[in-house]
Amino acid sequence: MTTLATTSDADIMTDATPPAGGTSGATLRLRDLHTTFSSRGLTVHAVRGVDLDLHPGEITVLLGESGSGKSVTAKSIMRLYGANATFAGTVELDGRGDLLAAGPKEMLSVRGPEIALIPQDPSAALDPLRRIGAQIVEVLRQHKAVPSRAAAKARALELLGQVGIPDPARVYRSFPHELSGGMRQRAVIAIAVSCDPKVLIADEPTTALDVTVQAQILALFRSLIDRMGSAVLLVTHDVGVAEEVGDRIGVMYAGRIVEYGPAADVLGDPRHPYTRALLDSIPTPGVERGQLRSITGQPPVSGELPPGCAFAPRCPEAHDRCRATDPVLVDLPGRRLAACHLLTDDPDAPAGPGDPTDAGAAGPTGGPGGPDGPVDAAGPTDETPVEAPAPAGEESAA
Amino acid sequence: MSTTAELADDPTTAGSLRPTPLLVVNDLVKTFGNGVRAVDGVSLTVHKGETLGLVGESGCGKSTTAKMILRLLAPDAGLILLGDDDLTAVRGRQLRQVRARMQLVPQDPQTSFNPRLSIRSSIEFNLRAQRTEKAERARRVAEAMERVGMPMAYGQRFPHELSGGQLQRAAIARALVTSPELIVCDEAVSALDKSIQAQVLNLLVELQQDLGMAYLFISHDLSVVEHLSDRVLVMYLGRVVEEASASQLWARPRHPYTEALLSAAPSSGRTRIMLTGDPPSPVDPPSGCTFRTRCPVALPACAEERPLLQITEPHHLVACVNEARTAA
Repeated sequence: MTTLATTSDADIMTDATPPAGGTSGATLRLRDLHTTFSSRGLTVHAVRGVDLDLHPGEITVLLGESGSGKSVTAKSIMRLYGANATFAGTVELDGRGDLLAAGPKEMLSVRGPEIALIPQDPSAALDPLRRIGAQIVEVLRQHKAVPSRAAAKARALELLGQVGIPDPARVYRSFPHELSGGMRQRAVIAIAVSCDPKVLIADEPTTALDVTVQAQILALFRSLIDRMGSAVLLVTHDVGVAEEVGDRIGVMYAGRIVEYGPAADVLGDPRHPYTRALLDSIPTPGVERGQLRSITGQPPVSGELPPGCAFAPRCPEAHDRCRATDPVLVDLPGRRLAACHLLTDDPDAPAGPGDPTDAGAAGPTGGPGGPDGPVDAAGPTDETPVEAPAPAGEESAA
Repeated sequence: MSTTAELADDPTTAGSLRPTPLLVVNDLVKTFGNGVRAVDGVSLTVHKGETLGLVGESGCGKSTTAKMILRLLAPDAGLILLGDDDLTAVRGRQLRQVRARMQLVPQDPQTSFNPRLSIRSSIEFNLRAQRTEKAERARRVAEAMERVGMPMAYGQRFPHELSGGQLQRAAIARALVTSPELIVCDEAVSALDKSIQAQVLNLLVELQQDLGMAYLFISHDLSVVEHLSDRVLVMYLGRVVEEASASQLWARPRHPYTEALLSAAPSSGRTRIMLTGDPPSPVDPPSGCTFRTRCPVALPACAEERPLLQITEPHHLVACVNEARTAA
């Protein structure tokens, strides 16, 4: 069912609206990515069919809670897992083909110059026994990005300056423990961007930092991306961070993307009940004390997924169909996607599709297009013909 | 020096509907062996049944303050009063009795539970320490677990068998079991996912409404503090720089650091005041106002004298030379 649904979904998308609004121009394309871990007879299906396009100069955010599969999706792209992980689907990097089919040697040449990682915890990412400068030079030399040692040093100092370190020469000579958390994260960013990667993966890059420092790092990050034009996948659990730097957002729940679209639209007018509930559970001024609208229950434990929609047991709007069949991502107007039965089979659903004119338009980068504003209470008939086969296929599967 | 302790004696400035002071801390100082002056003259008052929020970035001394209040750490100087008891002086049996009146909900429940004790045993341990009778212990453990909405069957489980949210409920039950007057929540919801965090926050509010204990709520998450607190203290580098009611602080922050902190929260909707650099080292803090090295409106005078907390308007205290000037 899972594979069937997502495959048909992907088929539709190749000629219509893929998750990022156009196949052409995407630097990295995930199609029906599955990641499974097994150890001692126990199998965990952490990522269950993710489609995603990353475009140059754009920050795509994977937003979700712990265990939703957002980090696993990001790390699966770089294949940063051992033998206990198995992958299915494709991860296509522009000019390199399917990374899931690439050998270990090829992956070594991909990691760094093509796809670089900014990890969550800079103190764990840096070698505590080596100076910052040496760690940057190592990467530059390894990937032959510079002709000589002297050039590597010059480039390293330049990089440290670019990431906003006020005294590059001092930091170049420093050990990680001599730097503050913010400075360490800047150094890690300098290493990540050193080989000018096409794709940057940032896994909770500011979670370990204080808010005033986080604000600095996010501003730096945005300006670096605008200048370098890398395609970025940013993983975060923080809605504020997603809103601040995200161009597009994919909301993940139980190993799937359940909602996708331009950042402002997804957060301003969420269509999936999970996205709505997640936003409601964040304290905002004006909410009476103790009256937060929390989501009941717990996220499902991977391996013990409920039948039907994984969110159904916690969903206030769930009905029988939700508990029986798994919804697939369907197109909504404004280059948006959501996987929820309420959007397709209930004419009285609160989140009816709005202006349909924008839905079919596919462009190379998409841009933050689409009306995010008024949603008229229209029925499913307003939806574009594009997604028609998806619900149909699903029904037959059920 | 104008301290909150003095203010607490004056019901007109207490700023709360329940102005009976429960915890009074005056001029608390702690310098660690490595020269870090973690807490540098902190004064605060928690009134009965209220929630006092304590915000600040890592290293500002908020957790050290909490540890001294709980007598987990001895202060170098200063006064801590819980009711009529001087917490810095109590010893032995008296200390044990005082401990029942103040409890901690720590950040990480995974490490705050003994992995080899069942949840029930961990909660009960708190009462054993109080030498409570066995039958009474059983009754109170059951009552505490019911209060936090935890099925009795979970009592037999071990910490690794519970999720983070369930374990944090157990940690709250463990704190409740001695019927404390004060619960110190040190980043108590920070490790939880947002959907679970909301459940726990609602539970904390409900418990306070039913049982009337006070919270000292420490967090780096401003939205959570704003939601939960009656009054809020903002700390920077071991000192309190601003104190006001939660609503007033959010609507009209007066200290430049508070303004920057509130504006730094992602998507806060405020005009971003970007601070440069990192907080200075607490081993060798700047002279005068410790914030002056990052302050966008610092004056030469800021280097000379440490600004004291001063009342700028009712229930609003600010430690800033600029504020003192405009108020005068």
